[in-house]
Amino acid sequence: MTWVVFLQNVANGLSLGSLYALVAIGYTMVYGILRLINFAHGDIFMLGAYALFYLVLVFTLPWWVSFAAAIVITAIMGVLVERAAYRPLRNAPRISALISAIGVSFFLENVGLVVFGGRPKPFAVPQFFTQDHSIGAVRVMNLTWVIPLLSMVLLLGLTYLVYRTKAGLAMRAISYDMETSRLMAIDVNKTISLTFAVGSALAAAGGIMWALKYPQINPLMGIIPGLKAFIAAVLGGIGSIPGAMLGGFLLGIMEIMLVAFLPALSGFRDAFAFLVLIVILLVKPSGLMGQEVKEKV
Amino acid sequence: MVGDVEHAFSYRDPSVVARRARLKLACNLVSLALAAALIHWLQRNLGDYPLRILNLAAINVILAVSLNLIYGFTGMFSLGHAGFMAMGAYVAALLTLPQATKDVIFLMAPLAWPFNVLSAPPLVAVIAGGLVAGVAAFLIGLPVLRLRGDYLGIATLGFAEIIRVVANNIPSVTNGALGLKGIPGFANNLWWTWGWAAFTVWFISRLVSSAHGKAFLAIREDEVAAEIMGVRVTYHKTVSFVTGAVFAGIGGALLGSLTSTIDPKTFGFMLTFNILIIVVAGGLGSITGSIVTALLYTVLLEALRPIEAGWRLGPLVVPEIPGLRMVVFSLVLLVIILFYQRGLFGGREFSWDWLVNRLERRARATTRGETPSALRARQPEPYRPSTRADTRDKSMSHGMGQAASGQGGTNDDRDALTDEAGRDASGQQSKLT
Repeated sequence: MTWVVFLQNVANGLSLGSLYALVAIGYTMVYGILRLINFAHGDIFMLGAYALFYLVLVFTLPWWVSFAAAIVITAIMGVLVERAAYRPLRNAPRISALISAIGVSFFLENVGLVVFGGRPKPFAVPQFFTQDHSIGAVRVMNLTWVIPLLSMVLLLGLTYLVYRTKAGLAMRAISYDMETSRLMAIDVNKTISLTFAVGSALAAAGGIMWALKYPQINPLMGIIPGLKAFIAAVLGGIGSIPGAMLGGFLLGIMEIMLVAFLPALSGFRDAFAFLVLIVILLVKPSGLMGQEVKEKV
Repeated sequence: MVGDVEHAFSYRDPSVVARRARLKLACNLVSLALAAALIHWLQRNLGDYPLRILNLAAINVILAVSLNLIYGFTGMFSLGHAGFMAMGAYVAALLTLPQATKDVIFLMAPLAWPFNVLSAPPLVAVIAGGLVAGVAAFLIGLPVLRLRGDYLGIATLGFAEIIRVVANNIPSVTNGALGLKGIPGFANNLWWTWGWAAFTVWFISRLVSSAHGKAFLAIREDEVAAEIMGVRVTYHKTVSFVTGAVFAGIGGALLGSLTSTIDPKTFGFMLTFNILIIVVAGGLGSITGSIVTALLYTVLLEALRPIEAGWRLGPLVVPEIPGLRMVVFSLVLLVIILFYQRGLFGGREFSWDWLVNRLERRARATTRGETPSALRARQPEPYRPSTRADTRDKSMSHGMGQAASGQGGTNDDRDALTDEAGRDASGQQSKLT
């Protein structure tokens, strides 16, 4: 393998990894606060891509405007999902909320199949993204650097939000202790809504960039990326935001490298992600950057 | 189980205990006979389509009860059922496929040893499928059962996905993505499916009411505390996990035979989620709940079919919308979860106590010299659901039909427990989730 091919694979791994990281953030933030595996997150990802698709197709808005609008619409969808399906179960057994998440996932997928149709739709990719430049011997498509760059910007923005603003402080307080936060006059419901909005917005950005990378969308497109991003979140230690980013990049790069170095095993790609996860969980039961939970009787 | 003082006192009388046991045995035998007669009649008189649904319901009963053992009773959040089902289904299918079919369908690679020479009668094949799934569960469990909570769920989900992906990539055994076709349809028979379902229910309800079952519950409630009290946690977790997996494998084997075609896509994680939904909607730690919900679930999915075929309501004409069924279905599911947060049965079980109590009361009244008519005069309604427990018992007697048949064996032990602890065993269970 030449250096050129290797670097190309690294770039590929980074762009896939940054998408996983974006989606993994949503899983990890919700888990950190509600201890809920939000299985509907992958479908929120799908909604983001469809929102952009219809905004461009029906309203013929300029691409960047549609991009922003699609993110906002998806964020609102995420908040609505929380309102309707998770908030009533806040004090129910945890498994009920999980089943509710699975139900929402079923619901979104099937509504997608009814409303959008089951046939995959071609996703219009603006010309800017497909243009390529040659840097030395390497030909790089604009998309290859736009995806990691945009993801980095979004992830930095998120880090600022969570660690440098009052709203972020409220999120962290709630994930530490919901009851005490309420006593400290933190509006728990509002903060949870905000968490869902932020997580869904990032998922939408991820979904749109995913659709740019693999320009075909269908209502079930969120299942596999959602699952992978979830693996990434657990890998990094679910509940930890830096962990989700680390897990996302790690998983993306490892997956691409597996296919690059051992093409014979490319069929096992999906299993590989889980294998890595299981091995890491056995060594570090709460993920790479997760907190150890001591158990008391 | 009933807060009747006079009644609770008589529990301690050995002759009363023995009589109650005899009565329950009689109830069980009668309901078994009725169930057998019902199956006989249904098998002869139903068309292919309803028969298929009933067979599928039985398989769902097997799968739900086995997952309930792992998750509901032992508290291990396992999402690996689809993987164990896949193992059982492939093994049973490869053992029962006729040689001629094997020669035709393996296009990508010839079938590997030992399956190219082995074949077995259906019963042996199903059992072999279950055992292979059990062995797989044992091997997976060795490292994974140390994990707890959601992490265990993710790891088992991972193993199930790995099994599926591997099945996709070893064409010399599984025929890869093409799958296996033409599997003999021995399970397309109510005796087969409901027979296995009854056996599963009987076996697992015996298991959870044995000493093992007490250990499972202890582990579910608090693993650390159970260990300190001397429960062999690893051993019991493995027993529960492997037993559940064996029945998952059996369920998978029957499913393969019923659908006659299996491929790796069949065994995705959505299949596990479906079973998990049945278990949770029925109530964790309630075998009765799993049975009833598995039936309702299977029937509901089919009953919703007409709404997507296009219909009219007066001036309202709804065109044919494929997929609408699943939209409505997921809404129903959400509503059930939002309103029955502990599941339909919330950890409670069906038992014959309501009937036995009623018979006993009548018998006591007669020995005291009161005639049945005098008794009726004293108690306008011989059975009045005055306490919560009574109401529950009565409501549970509905719709059980054949499903109840394997159940009764557990009640004696449970009564003994109730007596010892002086409190309501099932009420105790429902609190603990």
